[in-house]
Amino acid sequence: MSEIAIRAEGLAKEYHLGAAQKTTTFRESVVDLCAAPFRRARRVLRRGPLATDQDEIHWALKDASFEIRRGEVVGLVGRNGAGKSTLLKILSRITEPTLGYADIHGRIGSLLEVGTGFHAELTGRENIFLSGAILGMKKAEIQQKFDEIVEFAQIGRFLDTPVKRYSSGMFVRLGFAVAAHLESEILLIDEVLAVGDARFQKKCLSKMEDIQQGGRTVIFVSHNMSAITRICKRAILLEEGRIVSEGPAEQIVSSYLTGGLGTKASREWPDITRAPGGDICRLRAVRARDRDGSVSDSVDIRRAIGIEIEFDVIQPGFFLLPHFYMWNDQGVLILGANDLDPAWRRRPRPVGRYVSTGWIPGNFLAEGTVFVDISIIAIEPTISQVWEQSIIGFQVVDSMDGDTHRGDWAGPQPGAVRPLLEWTTRYDEATAVDSPPRM
Amino acid sequence: MESEDVLPREVATTGAIPDDRIPTLRIQPSSGWGSLGLGELWAHRELVYFFIWRDLKVRYKQTALGATWALLQPLATMIVFSLFFGRLAKMPSDGVPYPVFSYAALVPWLFFANGLSQGANSLVGNAHLLTKVYFPRFALPLSSLLAGGADFLVAFVGLVGLMAYFGIALTSRVLFLPAFILLALVTSLGVSLWLAAVNVQFRDVRHTVPFLTQFWMFATPIAYPSSLLLEPWRTFYGINPMAGVVEGFRWALLGVDSPPGTMVAVSAAVAVTLLVTGAYYFRRVERTFADIV
Repeated sequence: MSEIAIRAEGLAKEYHLGAAQKTTTFRESVVDLCAAPFRRARRVLRRGPLATDQDEIHWALKDASFEIRRGEVVGLVGRNGAGKSTLLKILSRITEPTLGYADIHGRIGSLLEVGTGFHAELTGRENIFLSGAILGMKKAEIQQKFDEIVEFAQIGRFLDTPVKRYSSGMFVRLGFAVAAHLESEILLIDEVLAVGDARFQKKCLSKMEDIQQGGRTVIFVSHNMSAITRICKRAILLEEGRIVSEGPAEQIVSSYLTGGLGTKASREWPDITRAPGGDICRLRAVRARDRDGSVSDSVDIRRAIGIEIEFDVIQPGFFLLPHFYMWNDQGVLILGANDLDPAWRRRPRPVGRYVSTGWIPGNFLAEGTVFVDISIIAIEPTISQVWEQSIIGFQVVDSMDGDTHRGDWAGPQPGAVRPLLEWTTRYDEATAVDSPPRM
Repeated sequence: MESEDVLPREVATTGAIPDDRIPTLRIQPSSGWGSLGLGELWAHRELVYFFIWRDLKVRYKQTALGATWALLQPLATMIVFSLFFGRLAKMPSDGVPYPVFSYAALVPWLFFANGLSQGANSLVGNAHLLTKVYFPRFALPLSSLLAGGADFLVAFVGLVGLMAYFGIALTSRVLFLPAFILLALVTSLGVSLWLAAVNVQFRDVRHTVPFLTQFWMFATPIAYPSSLLLEPWRTFYGINPMAGVVEGFRWALLGVDSPPGTMVAVSAAVAVTLLVTGAYYFRRVERTFADIV
C-alpha cells in the first residue's frame, strides 16, 4: 500500500468568464455562432490575435503539484480567489481539471458546505439519511451512527420536525453532525467552521482534532488562521492560482499574515468598466492610510488608520452612503461604520470623483490581521452599488514599548479591540491592618 | 445487499466498513467519449434509492389530496377525452369502451410525460448539489424518473378498477405488460437524459418541455387508435416509441385484436437509440455541469 494519499501533478483549471456570467439561451448561441466568422474576419483585418479572447479566460488554478501523505492534516491558505476552493472542487471531482492530474488513494469525502443535500420539507431524521447518502455514506453506516449524530447535533425533540422550522443554529449543527461522521479515508473541508455560534465552533474544532487523531487524511481550507495552526501540521499557501509555498503550518500562516501575501492594504481599479459598482457609482480604490499619507500593510497599534474609499459617481442625483466593516482573522466582526461627513450627508451627489475617509483612532484595534469590507449604497430608495468583502487587509502591530493597552504584559491578549482605558486607583493606607503573617 | 422500503429506526449492529482495500482514483481532464460509468452508478444504487425516496416524500407534502392526484390526473383527462372524442367525435376505440380505451393509454403516457418534465429539470433543479458534492450525475434524472413509478402504480390500480367496471377480463397477454412498461421507461430516460443535459446550458428547455409533451401527446394514439392507419404506415408510426407503448398496453390488457407487432419493434429500436445516444451525450457534457449550471 502506498504511503501517499494524494499526489497532484500540474493541476490547472481555466474558466471562461464571459460564458459563465451570462445565462446563454439557445437563440444567443445561434446568433453567436453566426456572428463568429465576422468577428474572425474583423480580427484578421485589424491584425489582432486570432486566438480566443484572452481577457475572457481566467486561470483559477495554475500548475499545482503537491503530495499529501496518509494521515496528514494539511491546511490550504490564501486570500479570496487564490484558488483554494477550485483545488478542493477538483479533488472532490465536482469539476474537472483543464490540465494535469491527481492520484487519490482512498475513499474521498468532501464537505464544501454545511447541510449538503438537506431538503427543507423533510424532518431532521430524514435529512440525516438523505444528506449522509449524498455525502457518500452507506445506509447501514448511517444507521449505525444515527444516535451519535443526533447526540452531537443536540437537536433532541426536534428530530421529527421539518428542518425548515429549525433555527439557523440547529440547521448548522445537524449539517455538521452528519458530515463529521463521514468515514472516508480522505476528507476535504471548506470553511465549514465559519458558521454556528462560538460554543458549537469549539465543538467542531475538537471533533476535527479527533478526526486528525483517527489517522485520516484531511485537507482543510479556512480563513481562521488559529484553526489552521491548531489543526494542521502542514499548510500550503496559494496565491493567484499558484502554490507559492508549503511547510509547517505556523510558518506558512505567519508568512501569509505578515508577508503581505494576504490581502493587501490597498486595491485599485484603473479600468472603470471592470471596477465594482453599479449604474450610479463605481469603486476605484480602497486604501488603509496613515496620518502622514503612507499606505502600509502593517500599522502601529498606536497610530490612527484612515480607510479611504475612492469612487466615481457616474449618475448624478443620489444620496450615497459609503460604509465599511472590519473583521479580524478569527472571523469576528469588529465594527461597521457609515460615512457621517455632514458636507455630503443626505445631499444628492453630482458626477465626479470622491474620496471618503473614515478614521479609526490609534490604540483601538487589537493586534493581528484586519480585513475590510467596502460597501456603497444609494439611500431613498435603497440601491446597493458596491459590496466587496475582504477587499483590503492590514496588520496591526503592537511594538511593546509599554505605552499601549498591553502595558507590561507580553503574553497573549484576548479581545477584538484594545482601547487604552483610563485607569484610576484608590489607595487607603489605614485599612491595611491585618496582613497575613509571613513565613 | 439488503434493501428495505422503509427506513428502520433502530440502529443496525453491523460493524464498521472494513478499509483493507484502498481504492485508487485518477482525476484528469477527460476527452472524447468515455465509458458510461455504469459500475459506479451501481455502486451508488443506495443514493438513487434515497433520491427517489426524497422525491416521493416531498412531492405531496402540504397537499390536501396527496397521492390522490396521481389518480385524478388521468381520470380527469379520460373524462374530457370520453366526452369530446368518444361521445361527440365518435372516435373508434378498437371495440373497447372508450373510457377504458383512453385511460389505458393515459396511464403509461402520464408516466412518460411527467417523468420527462421531472427528468429534464433534474440537474438544474439540483444545481446546489452539482456544485457541492460528487456522485454519478446519472443518479438525478434516473431517480426523478423512477419516482414517477409510484404515481404510475396508483394510476394503474385505477385502470384495474375501470377494467373490472367494464367487465374486461385479463388474459395471459398481461405477461407482456412489463416489457411495455420497460419500453416506456427506456424512452422517457433517453429523452430525459438529452433534455436534462441540454438544459444545463440552454434554459430554453424549460420552455420547450410543456410544448413538447403536449405536441407529443397528440402525436401518440391516446385519444384515437393507431388502427386508423393502414400498414405499412402503422409500422412507421412506431418511430414515436410512445405509440408502441400505448398500443402495447391496450393489446396486453384490453384484448384489442390488433397486435402491434412490427410497430413495437420499431418503437423499441428508436427507444434504445434514444437511450444510448442520450446516455453518451450526458456523459460527454457531464464534466462541465458544475461550471456552467
